Amino acid sequence: MSPDSPLSRTALYPNHIAAIGRMVPFAGWDMPVQYEGVLAEAKAVRTAVGIFDVSHMGRLYIDGAGSGGFLEKLLTFSVKNLKPGRARYGFLLTKEGGVIDDTVVYQQSAEDGSNERYLLICNAANREAVTAWIEQHLKGFPAVSMTDFTVESVMMAVQGPASAALVDTLCVGKENPSSLRPFGSMSQAVKLEADASLVEVFIGRTGYTGEDGFEFVADADHGPALWDAIVEAGATACGLGARDVLRLEAGLRLHGSDMDNTKSPLEAGLDRFVNMDKESFIGQDALNAQISNGISQKLVGFRLTEPGIPRHEYSLFKDGKQIGEVTSGTYSPSLDTGIGMGYVFSEHSALGNHIQIDLRGRPVEAEIVEMPFYHRPK
Amino acid sequence: MSEHPSDLRYTKEHEWVRIGDDGTATIGITFFAQDQLGDVVYLVLPKVGSSIEKDSKMGEVESVKSISDLFVPVSGEVLEINKDAIDHPERINEAPHDAGWLIKVKISNETELEQLMSSNEYDQAIAS
Repeated sequence: MSPDSPLSRTALYPNHIAAIGRMVPFAGWDMPVQYEGVLAEAKAVRTAVGIFDVSHMGRLYIDGAGSGGFLEKLLTFSVKNLKPGRARYGFLLTKEGGVIDDTVVYQQSAEDGSNERYLLICNAANREAVTAWIEQHLKGFPAVSMTDFTVESVMMAVQGPASAALVDTLCVGKENPSSLRPFGSMSQAVKLEADASLVEVFIGRTGYTGEDGFEFVADADHGPALWDAIVEAGATACGLGARDVLRLEAGLRLHGSDMDNTKSPLEAGLDRFVNMDKESFIGQDALNAQISNGISQKLVGFRLTEPGIPRHEYSLFKDGKQIGEVTSGTYSPSLDTGIGMGYVFSEHSALGNHIQIDLRGRPVEAEIVEMPFYHRPK
Repeated sequence: MSEHPSDLRYTKEHEWVRIGDDGTATIGITFFAQDQLGDVVYLVLPKVGSSIEKDSKMGEVESVKSISDLFVPVSGEVLEINKDAIDHPERINEAPHDAGWLIKVKISNETELEQLMSSNEYDQAIAS
């Protein structure tokens, strides 16, 4: 994406303008960073329910006979074991084991396995890289095709402890979305009061906030009315600012900051999303080599024990020597302290290790702690 | 309508100065500045009793999204800092020109006041 290209707008752009969202460029899209304010929006998600426009994220169908086998080669989790209606989180890796993107893949084939289809959600900034990577590997799978339907659709995340009740009231089907397990999905009809029409919505129980939540995918045409219906049902409109705070509190990595194609999932501390026992996938050999040889740097989470906020690219120190760099940082409203993630040399990565961060010339103390920083109440 | 009161003086660095009857100056950041910053969560202010020099850096205002340096609008000695705002940085968003003030200064060079802007001039500066 060249810096001169005009920004893309999601189908929900008019809703953001009407709600006086403050718009900023993000990964080539004109997106709301906040409405009422980052802290108020983050609080709404932690205590009630918020809604985010995530239509900028890439949505790809991979379908046709053999599409599961095709994806098996590209993904770090077992696609074969994924039942229709279920989803998994994992990675597309380079041959060297670097993370091209992190992705959620929904198995959308029929119950009996016919009409093979998968929905792959990728980051907005990586959509071109991901589609090119898939195209490149489609040779040899003549029956498999990829359809990028990002711009013809909308995606919104409804997140928070009150999200299940809200989503149930919107859906008219017999089966309530609240019956879904995490990473389960269903198609449902939502009634829009505006024109009394029924809209088909694909609903997955997932999110990027550390709260219970759902993601909706629907036709772009119905997006604005669907957004309004969810807001009218009680969801607080939230922007990318709150989303970043919430995902960091939940210890969720952001591709492009906390990992990229020079870092492996092992270095990023995401081993649990890599199934080394499955049949071969691109990057597996490189990960095996890292397991045998060890890794020299690791992503850690830290919290400041003094006032201040760590930010991207601030230096991390131990005993006066630089040991790494901050990849993401924020003020955590749930913990009322600065928190962050960053890569440090492995020998400094132990939990409980005290390190220092250079906050623009002001050294402050921090402690390496377990992530997530925030756990939702049971 | 301007959010910036006409009885205050302003700098291009988005600070305001209120001149008291006793010759002290109360200093804060403007409505425009706090609106741009978003939710303020930390303040770093100069020490009471310290001497501060016009245009030098005197502290930081940090919001969830970004960090902004504070510059001295008028030279002098710091008489008081707003402890309430340090404990409750949201005051700066709620009432940037009142409860969200930052420091009080004993002015050492009154001629510096002439370089400050009126609210009209400030509004024009941020509009351009």
